[in-house]
Amino acid sequence: MVLAVVSVLVFAIVQILPGDVATEILGTSATPEDLAALRVKLGLTRPAPVRYAEWIGGVVRGDWGLSLLYQMPVRPLVLEGLGRSAMLAGLALVIAVPLSIGLGVVASLRRDRFLDHAISTLTLIALSLPEFVWGTLLILLLAYRFRIFPPSSLVDPTASLGSLASSLVLPVLTLILALLAQMTRMTRASMIDALRQPFTEAARLRGLRPRVVVAHALRNALLPTVGIVALNVGFLLGGIVIVETVFAYPGLGRLLVDSVNHRDVPMLQMATLVVASAYGLANLGADVVYAYLDPRIRY
Amino acid sequence: MAELLPPVADPLPGSPAATARRWVALRRVAGAVRGSKAATVGAAILAVHLVLAVLGPALAPYPYTAFHMTHLLEAPSRQFLAGTDQFGRDQLSRVMWGARGTLTLAAVSTVLGEALGVTVGLVGGYYRGVVDEVLMRTMDALMAFPSILLAMLILTSLGHSPAYVVVGISVVFMPRAARVLRGVVLSLAASEFVDAARVRGERGWYILFRELLPNAWTPVIVDSTIRFSYAILLATSLGFLGLGAAPPSPDWGLMINEALPFLNQAPWLALLPALAISSAVVGANLLGDGIQASLRPE
Repeated sequence: MVLAVVSVLVFAIVQILPGDVATEILGTSATPEDLAALRVKLGLTRPAPVRYAEWIGGVVRGDWGLSLLYQMPVRPLVLEGLGRSAMLAGLALVIAVPLSIGLGVVASLRRDRFLDHAISTLTLIALSLPEFVWGTLLILLLAYRFRIFPPSSLVDPTASLGSLASSLVLPVLTLILALLAQMTRMTRASMIDALRQPFTEAARLRGLRPRVVVAHALRNALLPTVGIVALNVGFLLGGIVIVETVFAYPGLGRLLVDSVNHRDVPMLQMATLVVASAYGLANLGADVVYAYLDPRIRY
Repeated sequence: MAELLPPVADPLPGSPAATARRWVALRRVAGAVRGSKAATVGAAILAVHLVLAVLGPALAPYPYTAFHMTHLLEAPSRQFLAGTDQFGRDQLSRVMWGARGTLTLAAVSTVLGEALGVTVGLVGGYYRGVVDEVLMRTMDALMAFPSILLAMLILTSLGHSPAYVVVGISVVFMPRAARVLRGVVLSLAASEFVDAARVRGERGWYILFRELLPNAWTPVIVDSTIRFSYAILLATSLGFLGLGAAPPSPDWGLMINEALPFLNQAPWLALLPALAISSAVVGANLLGDGIQASLRPE
């Protein structure tokens, strides 16, 4: 349902372009006759709803159109980019989620002590630097100053596994830094809240070991964090666009930026639709996890 | 029919009070800033940026386009405190000139986004029913896009320019602000002063903007301060992607993008704009968090 609305929106926003695709392809020196002929060939003369129906029909059947920029079908390009980006995002998520929950729990248990303040300050700084600033600083520090990792990650298919992995470190690290802050802060806040609740008090009074008490509180504290994780997937998908630009990583984000810069409409539509769907799936996933963590929630 | 209505003593009971309530909200927020250490620090950092935005061009040692052809990619020195770029332009001057553009972009986008969202939230929350349903589902659909992607889509269709960056960011902010305001309006809609206005026969827009809005100023202001830091992030990110200001503009995000190819030889090119962006965001974050924390009833 949401996907349908999203697809209409993507199409609408892109198609209201004041610019003209035909002029873009043929250049400004083209004759009006050539332009008109190309418009007919591209089907631009027909009403928008008809074109939408054709486009979405093609998408469902697996025909995602031709990229204007690369002069080849959109589908393999987008799918390949998606795979690469998913690897980047997946790695970042797999590391960032447990790490930030851990940091949040530690901060809540050491509330207002040194460790808590240190974590809070760090997360505030992490939150305040945009991804491209983090990426740039990491390149400066780890690639140029200490020469530990390569500054760009143009994946070479013949490269060894080791060099492939080391070229992924900086982009993944950048994404982790961008993700860490919000999730840590959320976990800390909801843990502090859960530790004050009567059920935690009861667990403590029953003489349960501290570790068990913390586990009790954590299960309840995780609910808001799950919501934040889903939100952060959106953040991550946006971050990928930036990070892939900084590190010249050939994923979906690069395709998006390239298609924006060259007004490659078919590519742009599909890449956006794929990213929006991924975001939608993440939200759906969050709902499922909600239901698992809190048996009171039923859909 | 009009004669049957009781005469209203105060011709416009909403209006003088409405202005007063706006000041009350501002005063409450100002009090919250004074009451919180974090918010005070944040306000101080932002004040420095504000001075830069107003006076930066006057204080900068050179114009932002001044080429010094004999000083290309020079490290920071006494003549060029923050070094020079590949055209021999003074980096410090460029950052100082850039403050105005970057902060104006962020501020205007925040205000416009809040204004759009507030209007949608007021209308949806007050009229409810089908209007509300249509508005809110549209807002949901807008929120189905990651923010930067939505802004990119809008910039693609409109063209690349700072003015459209404002449009892009406000559309991103609109649904979020609308949700906040709709919630407030739903809780206010049953209040007596709203009933009173309705019985008086006031028009819809009057009730929305002169009765409901004045009572929602505090959440709107709090929401804007938090939104502002995010606007700086988004505006500089879009600049970095080359979707906002065009060279030779001293946009902070664009400056970092232009510094990337020279990062190895001239790291100072990226450091100063990075510092400028992050200090502005830290300031806005501290201010927003501080205000929110001290206004939250606990």
